[in-house]
Amino acid sequence: MKKVVFWGTRGSLPIALTADAVRHKVMAALTAANGRRFASRSELADFVDGLPFATAGTFGGHSSCVEIVTGGPEHIICDMGSGARPLAQAKLAAYGAARPQVYHVFISHLHWDHLMGFPFFLPMYIPGNRIVIHGCHDRLEEAMRLQMRAPCFPVDYSQAGATIEYHAMTPGQPHAVAGLTVTPHRQLHAGDSYGYRFAGQGRCVVYSTDSEHKLEDNGERQGFIEFFQAADLVVFDAMYSLAEAVSVKADWGHSSNVVGVELCQAAGARRLALFHHEPVNDDEQLGRLLDETRRFEAITREGRAPLEIISAYDGLVVDL
Amino acid sequence: MEDQRVTLLPVRVVGGVTVAAARGRLDHLTAGALGAALAPLLAGCKAGSPALLLDLSAVDYMSSLGLRTLVVASRQAAAQGGRFAVAGMQPLVAEIFAIARLNLVMPCYVDVDGACAQLA
Ligand SMILES: [Zn+2]
Ligand SMILES: [Zn+2]
Repeated sequence: MKKVVFWGTRGSLPIALTADAVRHKVMAALTAANGRRFASRSELADFVDGLPFATAGTFGGHSSCVEIVTGGPEHIICDMGSGARPLAQAKLAAYGAARPQVYHVFISHLHWDHLMGFPFFLPMYIPGNRIVIHGCHDRLEEAMRLQMRAPCFPVDYSQAGATIEYHAMTPGQPHAVAGLTVTPHRQLHAGDSYGYRFAGQGRCVVYSTDSEHKLEDNGERQGFIEFFQAADLVVFDAMYSLAEAVSVKADWGHSSNVVGVELCQAAGARRLALFHHEPVNDDEQLGRLLDETRRFEAITREGRAPLEIISAYDGLVVDL
Repeated sequence: MEDQRVTLLPVRVVGGVTVAAARGRLDHLTAGALGAALAPLLAGCKAGSPALLLDLSAVDYMSSLGLRTLVVASRQAAAQGGRFAVAGMQPLVAEIFAIARLNLVMPCYVDVDGACAQLA
């Protein structure tokens, strides 16, 4: 595995930046410039690159879709949220319709924010492509078809030009897919969700979203520590604060930055990516959350090797 | 050698407030013990009864499960019409509290005396 590309990182519902938010960013950038003049475009670019991410960038609004780039000929994708649309465009730009591709899609669960990009995943309409949808839910194919049924969508699933196959996986069992060993892990979420551990080429990535952690259940905790063990990257559902996750939003099926850090520390993971961002949180709030999470890791490190913490955003590429 | 297990020290009453003090690490190994020690105090934390204040000044570490134990305690007290608060956190514990947003779901006081003056 060479890298991980985040195409959609927002939880529950896609969102878009508003005009007001853009105006706020422009004002923050001009305030930071403080009347400064720039001698060249590159000097200006350097200045912009030095601004906080919340000013010069955005976490983005597409729902869950993450690509694992192996360097091999077949593509690996986790979830088909709305981020699958820009992913599809990038693949078509790279390969065109004339060069058929194989896509392996791993579905965490059947909630709409994790499937809604599939009807916009253009390779599904192109004959010659092969799409293998892997998952642990009995009703996986039914759910994929359901969202494309009239009156919900204008194009029926039967219009797919690609060959679409389904592969039922067993939680806890390693499966060989596209040169990787992929192990699903059952997670606490309405209707169940599954995390996936991808291992191969000396690297390990864990995709674990829409997963609530019952802190008082030590067996559950140990299971996740094993699941995250020595991972190079753990993509983690950090939608809520810990206080929310154990009080007003208990049983809503999501976790927190604090629990992500603790599990990764206990598992000896190398890097944690905060993921499935709460739609209510704007860029500044998510930026602060990242700073706080890094601080939490530092003050709870207790002699362990540092855990690198990033906050996933649409378009982020992580080299493994 | 200092006892690393969390302990709940003898309860005292300060100005009409029941004050229980915890000591040590509050983590996944010890949170259950703290919860059990708090249970009888929480049972009496009802409408019209004295507020229950947890003095955290001798707690030097708190994990997610320790934090959860406090949230559960606070919610139980609220459901019974009682009042539960914490006081005296060491700076790092106070930081963990804020990062976990616990300061938004229960009253946190700088020190026990100040808390008792407010809660009495
Ligand atoms: Zn979701
Ligand atoms: Zn979900």
